Amino acid sequence: MTREENGIKLTDEQQKRRRSRSIAIALSLVALVVLFYVVTIVKMGPEILNRAL
Amino acid sequence: MSLVERQDTMNTESFVWDGGQGSVGDYIALLKPRVMSLVIFTAFVGMMLAPGNIHPVLATVSLLCIAIGAGASGALNMWYDADIDQIMSRTANRPIPAGKVSRDEAFAFGMTLSIGSVVTLGLLVNWFAGAFLAFTIFFYVIVYTMWLKRSTPQNIVIGGAAGAFPPMIGWASVTGGVSLESVVLFLIIFMWTPPHFWALALFKNSDYKAAGVPMMPVVAGENSTRNQILAYSVVLTPLAVAPYLLGFAGIFYGVSAGILGAIFLALAFNVWRVRDGEAARKATVHLFSYSIFYLFMLFAILLAESLIAGL
Repeated sequence: MTREENGIKLTDEQQKRRRSRSIAIALSLVALVVLFYVVTIVKMGPEILNRAL
Repeated sequence: MSLVERQDTMNTESFVWDGGQGSVGDYIALLKPRVMSLVIFTAFVGMMLAPGNIHPVLATVSLLCIAIGAGASGALNMWYDADIDQIMSRTANRPIPAGKVSRDEAFAFGMTLSIGSVVTLGLLVNWFAGAFLAFTIFFYVIVYTMWLKRSTPQNIVIGGAAGAFPPMIGWASVTGGVSLESVVLFLIIFMWTPPHFWALALFKNSDYKAAGVPMMPVVAGENSTRNQILAYSVVLTPLAVAPYLLGFAGIFYGVSAGILGAIFLALAFNVWRVRDGEAARKATVHLFSYSIFYLFMLFAILLAESLIAGL
C-alpha cells in the first residue's frame, strides 16, 4: 500500500528526517556487520589461516 | 502507580503512525548522552583496574555495548516518564514531551537497543557481562523508573544501584565475574548517588512537587533531607579511600580521595547548617556541582594510576 493510499502525506521536512533516520540505521547495520567480522578475526587469531584445505 | 493504571493514561492516538517527526539528533537525545558519557567512563575504569587482559577490540565492544545499553535504559525511562517530564522544567524539552518522537517510537527504539546491546555483549565478550548488562537495564527501567520512582522517597537510593553497576560490568567484561574490588567501585557510586540527587532535589524541589514525584525533600521535608545528605556523605568519604586501603589503588589516590572527601564533607556540612534563603540554595548548588567533579576525579585518578602502572 502506498503512502497516498494510506492517507499519510509526509511533509518535505518529514521526508528529509526519514531519509536521515534511514541512513543512520543503514550505517549502524553496516557497523554491526564490520564489528562481528573484526571480532571473529580477533577471536580466531592466526588460527584462521591454519586450517585444513 | 501500577502498570494497570498506567495503561489508562496512554495516548491511543499515537498508535496511528504519522510518518515520524524525529530527527537523528532527537533519537540521540533519547539516549541521554551526558549520562552515557559518565557510564562509559566508569565502565572503562572498571575494565582498566580488573586483573587480566582483554583484547583492545573486545574492550571497545564492551564499552560500546555498555554505553548503548545505558542509552537504551534512558530511552525507556523517557518512554515511561513522558507524562512527568512535560511538567518539570529540567525535562520539558526532552524529545517526547517536545512532540518530536512518539512514545511508541521511543519504546521500540529503547527495546531494540536493549536487546541488541545485551546479545552483542554476550556473544562477543562473555555472557556474564551480557547478563549483568541485562540486569542493569531491568533494574533501571522496571525497578527504578516503573516502580520506585513514583512510590517511595528512597527511589534514588535503591535506583542508584543501576548507575553504580557500569564499573562492575566493565570489570566482568575482563574477568567474567565479580570481586571485592568491583563491589567497592559499585559502593562508591551507590553511596554518592543520594547526596548528589538530593542536593539537586533541594533546589529543584518545586519541579518534583509539581510532577508528584516523591523525592525526599517533597515527602520527608528539607531538614530531614539535609540530615540524610550529611549522613550519606559521612559514609561515602571514608569509603572512597577504600581502594587504597584494599591495595588496588596507590598512595596518590589515597591522599587525593582524602582531600576531595574532606571538601565534599565540608560542602555537605554547609548544606546541613545553612537552611534558609539564597545562601541555602547556593550551598545545595555548590554541593551538587562539586559532587559531579568529586566522582569524576576519583575515577580519573584511579584510571591515571592504572595507566601509569601499566607503562
